[in-house]
Amino acid sequence: MPASSANAYDEFIKGIWKENPVFVHVLGMCPMLAVTNSAINGIAMGVATFFVLLGSSILVSLFKDVIPKPVRISSYIIIIATFVTVADYSLLALFPEVHKELGAFVPLIVVNCMILGRQEAFASKNSVGLAAVDAIGTAIGFLLALFILGGLREILGNGSLFGFSLFGPHFEPWVVMLLPPGGFIMLGLILLFFNWLAEKKERLVNLPLENGN
Amino acid sequence: MDNLVWIFISALLVNNFVFFYFLGLCPFFGVSGKLETAFRLGVASTFVMLITALCTWFLNTYILIYAPYLRLITFIVVIASTVQLVEMIIKKFSPTLFRALGIFLPLITTNCAILGFAIFATNRGYGLVEGIVYALGAGGGFTLALILMAGLREENELSEVPNVMKGTAMSLIIAGILSLAFMGFSGLFSS
Repeated sequence: MPASSANAYDEFIKGIWKENPVFVHVLGMCPMLAVTNSAINGIAMGVATFFVLLGSSILVSLFKDVIPKPVRISSYIIIIATFVTVADYSLLALFPEVHKELGAFVPLIVVNCMILGRQEAFASKNSVGLAAVDAIGTAIGFLLALFILGGLREILGNGSLFGFSLFGPHFEPWVVMLLPPGGFIMLGLILLFFNWLAEKKERLVNLPLENGN
Repeated sequence: MDNLVWIFISALLVNNFVFFYFLGLCPFFGVSGKLETAFRLGVASTFVMLITALCTWFLNTYILIYAPYLRLITFIVVIASTVQLVEMIIKKFSPTLFRALGIFLPLITTNCAILGFAIFATNRGYGLVEGIVYALGAGGGFTLALILMAGLREENELSEVPNVMKGTAMSLIIAGILSLAFMGFSGLFSS
């Protein structure tokens, strides 16, 4: 495998798992907690973010030599805001019901720190192809996180997934999971699980050394 | 008058920006380690919200009716430049306050609570007075949330917790419990 494609593959996988924007870096929380009360809303938000991140990464990477350094952050924000406006109006035209559910949180993608972070940290320093791969990887990681969070909250709070009932009529819904507190607590528990996983792995790596001593 | 009181209380407690709309979480988890800095950040954000309320009302009434699709871009540019302007004014007229606020002023630009406030105020069609009252309520609610969290965190630093719980995971669960408590306020306006 040539070096450049191996590199691209690394960038792609990194965003999904090892440096997942939500579970590892805890970025972009504001829009994420608010809309993940069902799996389908989470996916809609994830797709909108995907589009914005990919579009702005490509554009920022294309114009990286033209944008003067002192005004780069403002330029990135205007590029992002343009794509968000496109996404907002497309969603309104194509899926008006989903747009109504997500409400004001589609425009709020502009201030998602994850998107600005990728522009500043990656797209402004790399070629267009690599920037696009990185954007796709990170966006899929974000989409996955939104889906997991939205799915779990919908299963616990409503007993269904994508609107299909899972447990039959005897299920007592855990309504608090659909309300704002449920979002905080569920994300807290997921982060707890990831921390536990990381600690367990670390202990396994260190174990033979301790035995040797 | 009743309407204005309703807007204020609703933004302050019932529909608190942090605990109900999940807005401004980055400073909420990132900054609120100390009580005093939390308070200052809250006041600075409230101040920027007030000015944003004036600007968005002006833009919505006189300019954006001709080009509604430019709303988002205009708002974010206005907020960014407002923050810069406020920074310069405070630096000129009150160096003490400027030093006290420090790094928090520029950070407000990327605070989603400000943009969220502008979008909500527009969507609900608030006028000038309503917008200003809403800004006071939302800013006050944000400050309240920051202070509560900072106080809890200061206590938590002294207590023993398992390693896996440390950091964001515990903050999130604390925020969840606080949010649960704030839900109780929704009974205020049950009628």
